[in-house]
Amino acid sequence: MAIAEHEPAVESLPWTGVLHEWVTTVDHKKIGVMYYIMAIVFLVIGGAEAMLMRLQLLGPELKIVPADVFNQMMTMHGTTMIFFAAMPILAGIANYIVPLQIGARDMAFPRLNALGLWLTLFGGVVCYFSFATGGAPAIGWFAYAPLTEHTFARSAATDFWILGLLVSGIGSLTGAVNLVTTVLALRCPGMTLRKIPLYTWMAFWANVQIIFAMPPLTAALVMILFDRLFGAHFFDAQAGGAPYLWQHLFWFFGHPEVYILVLPAFGMISDVLPVFSRKVIFGYEFMAAATVAIAFVSFGVWAHHMFAVGMTRTVDVYFAFASLVVGIPTGIKMFNWLATIYGGRWRMAAPMLFGLGFLSMFLIAGLTGIILAVVPIDYQLTDSYFVVAHFLWVIVGGILMGIFAGSYYWYPKVTGHMYSERLARWQFWLFFIGFLLTFGPMHISGILGMPRRIYTYPVDRGWEFWNQVSSFGAFLQAPSFVIFIWNILISLKTGAPAGDDPWDAWTLEWATTSPPAVYNFETIPTVRSRRPLWDLKHPDDPDWQYE
Amino acid sequence: MLSSFSQERAGPAIAGWLRNLFAEATDMRGFFLLASAANPIQDLSIFNPASPPAESIRSLFILVLGVTGAIFLLVEGVLLYCLFRFRRHAPGTTEPPQVYGSLPIEIAWTAAPAMIVIVLALILTRTEFEVRVNQDRPPAGSKPLYVTVIGHQWWWEYQYDKYDGKDLGFITANELHIPVSDTGVPRPVYLTLLSADVCHSYWVPRLAGKTDLIPGRTNHLWFQTSQQALYLGQCAEYCGTQHAHMLLRVNADSVADFETWLDNQKKPARDDAAAHAGRDAFLNQSCVNCHRVRGTVAAGTYAPDLTHLMSRETLASGMVPNTRDELLKWVNDPQQIKSGCLMPAFGLSEEKVNLLVSYLITLK
Repeated sequence: MAIAEHEPAVESLPWTGVLHEWVTTVDHKKIGVMYYIMAIVFLVIGGAEAMLMRLQLLGPELKIVPADVFNQMMTMHGTTMIFFAAMPILAGIANYIVPLQIGARDMAFPRLNALGLWLTLFGGVVCYFSFATGGAPAIGWFAYAPLTEHTFARSAATDFWILGLLVSGIGSLTGAVNLVTTVLALRCPGMTLRKIPLYTWMAFWANVQIIFAMPPLTAALVMILFDRLFGAHFFDAQAGGAPYLWQHLFWFFGHPEVYILVLPAFGMISDVLPVFSRKVIFGYEFMAAATVAIAFVSFGVWAHHMFAVGMTRTVDVYFAFASLVVGIPTGIKMFNWLATIYGGRWRMAAPMLFGLGFLSMFLIAGLTGIILAVVPIDYQLTDSYFVVAHFLWVIVGGILMGIFAGSYYWYPKVTGHMYSERLARWQFWLFFIGFLLTFGPMHISGILGMPRRIYTYPVDRGWEFWNQVSSFGAFLQAPSFVIFIWNILISLKTGAPAGDDPWDAWTLEWATTSPPAVYNFETIPTVRSRRPLWDLKHPDDPDWQYE
Repeated sequence: MLSSFSQERAGPAIAGWLRNLFAEATDMRGFFLLASAANPIQDLSIFNPASPPAESIRSLFILVLGVTGAIFLLVEGVLLYCLFRFRRHAPGTTEPPQVYGSLPIEIAWTAAPAMIVIVLALILTRTEFEVRVNQDRPPAGSKPLYVTVIGHQWWWEYQYDKYDGKDLGFITANELHIPVSDTGVPRPVYLTLLSADVCHSYWVPRLAGKTDLIPGRTNHLWFQTSQQALYLGQCAEYCGTQHAHMLLRVNADSVADFETWLDNQKKPARDDAAAHAGRDAFLNQSCVNCHRVRGTVAAGTYAPDLTHLMSRETLASGMVPNTRDELLKWVNDPQQIKSGCLMPAFGLSEEKVNLLVSYLITLK
């Protein structure tokens, strides 16, 4: 009787009850959705900060945004997008999808999972609390010492920034430990390490990277906090400290961070492209091995962010060579994706559209990466707008494009509704054209000698045309995000029912209901190949014959 | 071989084309906003080098652009082909053939990039050794100039150490003067880079790549040019509020002009009897705590040396022309010109400001 009464009661929970349920949940799916919502909120905030900067750079010596405010926007935009938008959105998607893809009922440590979410969110709030001190820190997102020392950054804003990153960093670490354990320990029967779907595989390696990359950042943040609050001298040159040490510690985190963000996006693309070209991924083993290679090599290339600090020639050449080597496994991935879509029967839905956008744009990001790895060229281009163009091409043209592909791909699974294909196409084209216009000209302004992080520029440099194109591109891109968010929201009400498997896909998340029940699967599945649903749909020609 | 080919033939042609392309679009400035039209455009492009390190880098850049451009065309070409070939299919048709992979193909597209990487690594090593040289060993027969550059928030201090083997030992600010090289007599400029506060970066794109100025470290940079010109640049490492206005000006003068300039800089400040009232006002103000005027008791080291202030074309690290009007504005309230700069407005009377400036403009 109690059960019979309890069931309808869930349907009619008051809003406080719903809130309580979400706040106290340890369900990996609800936690994943909350990560996603948090990330979207911060994405909008970070985007607004970028718009203010683009407004100020519309012309030389404009006085729309004052220097200090611009520098704060520049700092918070970078910090927000990396730590409070990109990382949580990827953590959210991994939280939701990985247990489903490996046929598990939840993450390995559900409570730790909830802790990770709330720490990440709390870190973001603490970081933004810096505005309450009278203004955000103006130190740049990589916060080079000694500009972060108390002498040069007197406001407590910098302390809040440090504390915020420390707290959210611990959140990321707990999330990573949890995800790595889940993938290692909770795979369903039959899913050996060699049969893991590529998205899960790449998200797994990104999280292995988090475990090794976060501690140096945490250590560096504690050191600068001690310098600021307790008069330590880690980065104070006058007292024998080494400002230069900060750069090594930061980039030892900062470079793997790029792959922490890009590997899960690679994974989404590796799931989306096969399904929408109706072909198995080409060269699974090489894709998997290339992922591991990237994860390892990316820990040996950090000083390519520091070619201008005056390291010896030998060290420079080593880091240049190691950085070029990253291009080899990345190239393997690119070629395998192309071979996968080659000869397919494409279905041009939004995930495929963004997947192809990813392929065309990430290639360019990789090639400008090759240019920057060639150390003498880097002497000219580092800290110029060319670098800004390169990494935004990676992050927006690569990572964000992949996230959009993944978001549309899994939206029906998470909500049980289809999104609006028409709105998605509008979003794609606005985003794509806006993207090209925003970041394309930055390559040229960098070549013409424009350094990054300047709040304005002299009248006689000839940079205003390129900056105006960039700004108009940014203003074109902005509505695409509004359309995306609107699509997500309106489709909850108006979207057609999705069914369990709207894409006729092959991995385990499509074997359960949309949205999945709290326990994910009624019975834990058993798999024999990398594409269990293909085997089910094609009993005459199952995959396990070929693996 | 590949590199020297591009350097000798294709290099300048492609660079010229790129430069014209940029220049054409650059001429369209004010296309959206009619912001400015008074000043002629200064070319800071790294495709327009005027110094051996910048030239080596341009040649290498063109080579690497060629390699990456070829990869770009190949891959985007395949992608576009796929887009037109496989985009449409009749609904309800069966699944296409499943291709699981191919070992020979994988080996091929692993080996090809690996080879490109090795070749690029060898070429970049050669250029690295051209660009970064040991400044203790200038070429034989050269007349090197040694200058120590100290980065400050947000201006540049230049200590002239040595020229053609002779010690100099004077200090100036914000505008570097260098001699041009003649055929047969190279005059390389060797900079020693230090910082007084936070990290900065020295970047004059037409002369050399950038090198950072980091507290507690000593860095080096060199260039050499045979073209008399004004080379512009600016600080390239974010260093706080006015990072955007930490501008660099390098004047490459004829040897005669440079040596005249040098002789003047070596002298202590002029003592113009007509400006004694202004001088006394200056020496009685707190100006002397930060600024130095050699030959007087003003010996501050925190702010730019003013001994030969009027030999400089600009004020505030290249922001505004160094005229009497701008000096009046600056002394009255520097924050109006360069908000956030470390010199405050002292709240002086108009009379006092006039008096001070009447002295400053005698410091030629």
